[in-house]
Amino acid sequence: MIKENLFGKTLSELQEIVVNLGLKKFVAKQLADWLYKKRVRSFEEMRNLSKAVREKLAENYEINYIASTSVQESVDGTKKYLFPVKPHQFIEAAYIPEGDRATLCVSSQVGCKMGCLFCMTGKQGFQGNLSSGEILNQIFNLPEFDKLTNVVYMGMGEPFDNLDEVLKSIEILTSDYGLAWSPKRITVSTIGIIPAMKRFLNESKANLAVSLHSPFEDERKKLMPIESVYHLPKLLDEIRGFDFGGQRRVSFEYIMFKGENDQHRHINELARILNGIKCRINLIRFHPIPGTPLESSSNEEILRFQSGLKRKGIVTTIRASRGEDIFAACGLLSTKELVKRQKNEDY
Amino acid sequence: MNKTGKIPLFKTSLTHIQEITSEVFVLSFPRTEDFRPGQMLAIALNADEAPRLYSIASGNTEKEYRILFNIQSDGFLTPRLADLKVGDTLFVSRPFGSFFGTADADCWIAAGTGIAPFISMMESGIADNKILIHGGRALESFYFSDQFKAVLKDNYIQCSSLVKEEGIYPGRLTEYLKNMENLALDINYYICGSSQLVVDVRDLLIEKGVPFNNIIAEIYF
Repeated sequence: MIKENLFGKTLSELQEIVVNLGLKKFVAKQLADWLYKKRVRSFEEMRNLSKAVREKLAENYEINYIASTSVQESVDGTKKYLFPVKPHQFIEAAYIPEGDRATLCVSSQVGCKMGCLFCMTGKQGFQGNLSSGEILNQIFNLPEFDKLTNVVYMGMGEPFDNLDEVLKSIEILTSDYGLAWSPKRITVSTIGIIPAMKRFLNESKANLAVSLHSPFEDERKKLMPIESVYHLPKLLDEIRGFDFGGQRRVSFEYIMFKGENDQHRHINELARILNGIKCRINLIRFHPIPGTPLESSSNEEILRFQSGLKRKGIVTTIRASRGEDIFAACGLLSTKELVKRQKNEDY
Repeated sequence: MNKTGKIPLFKTSLTHIQEITSEVFVLSFPRTEDFRPGQMLAIALNADEAPRLYSIASGNTEKEYRILFNIQSDGFLTPRLADLKVGDTLFVSRPFGSFFGTADADCWIAAGTGIAPFISMMESGIADNKILIHGGRALESFYFSDQFKAVLKDNYIQCSSLVKEEGIYPGRLTEYLKNMENLALDINYYICGSSQLVVDVRDLLIEKGVPFNNIIAEIYF
């Protein structure tokens, strides 16, 4: 009998489970406390539960943590962890220490369906969604867990294509019964699946990052097929119409591609389309992937682009390149590890 | 889109359902407004559930919209869509998306139900001067092949590594593209299908010298 993993269940899910087992509802709160605050790894350690309750839970459920199978460390301190999910399936999480901050970049799917031209993860295809527990496992099982200050959902996969599990994981990170983190410490990135983005904005308080990469629809479409489905002007209208309040942040990720999206006309159009949105643009140097037709803009071009956007009044930062020597950008390591998939597609 | 992020859906009734091959269905329902071939609809079985997206697979002058789908055993909607009867209620969005067909000499590439937008383009009268490279695992998975053969004639190329039959290229469509000599570099390539198909074909076209700006993809997700 395959037992279901309790780790990653929200409080309401735990309540349903314990009630169905004929236990008192308050046991769920005790379970959440042991799982998420005390981070125990077995029912035996849950000392305020009676032996009978522990045995009943263990008969039906398990607490399953998965250790990373590999770690690569960059000279700059960035570490990339590889976690097995299912046989021959791997996900990556990148730990990025920087001064007082320590950020973990987590994956939300095994592979990705979105097929962005510049992304390595897309090349391994889509193999499945991660459960809330599998997302949180990357955080809870991190050797540097106690040093973490921030979590970004920018690893493998499109978080808004697996929104239910992403929202559950955020609930556990931010709820009093969980880690009680401030949602300001969490950023979720999307390529712009509008219905899911709206739901995320309404149902969580975490920050939003949108992968923009071009202000022109026709050009963005060549980089990101999602543009054929959910158009940039509509996406920006939705963001413009949402009240982010004083604390919550929206940022736009912009990978700099030489000659493709780093021209003066791009600066002008970015200023035009982002008008009325209080936001930040993060310029990111492109780390080429095998076979890509794209090149990174030079440092000088990136600085010039940043100056141009700042002159237009847009807060613009250049993201420091981290972990280049270990290919910290997600996808490369797991793709290498992926056993050649069975070629059973339609084509 | 409303505040909860839901795409506005409108009530309609199923007018036709046909299983064209095992577990692959065509559904029809009244067309309510103009659309451009290549666009899609969001469809649900009740107004409260999250809809799923389907390319329109009918011409833009027909009285009905048609969609093509296969049953996903773990799918949320397709097993229920397959159970519908004529007269049953559907909730459908307005047409949207911009995977538009053009009048240019484009090359279309598809497999599985990814053929749907190209059916719409063909039946909307923009198939002249097009080449369609169509991948399939079995003979019956070349949906609408008779219509494509009639319109595109020699420009309709079927590829299958499993079907051994005259007139069908004996290999995957990626293999066909790889072995294709004089691949046109100055036309647009439209790809529709799974992410794996899109990524594999796009990589191959780029490797063969097609500028990525000439590649337009729609991925089923």
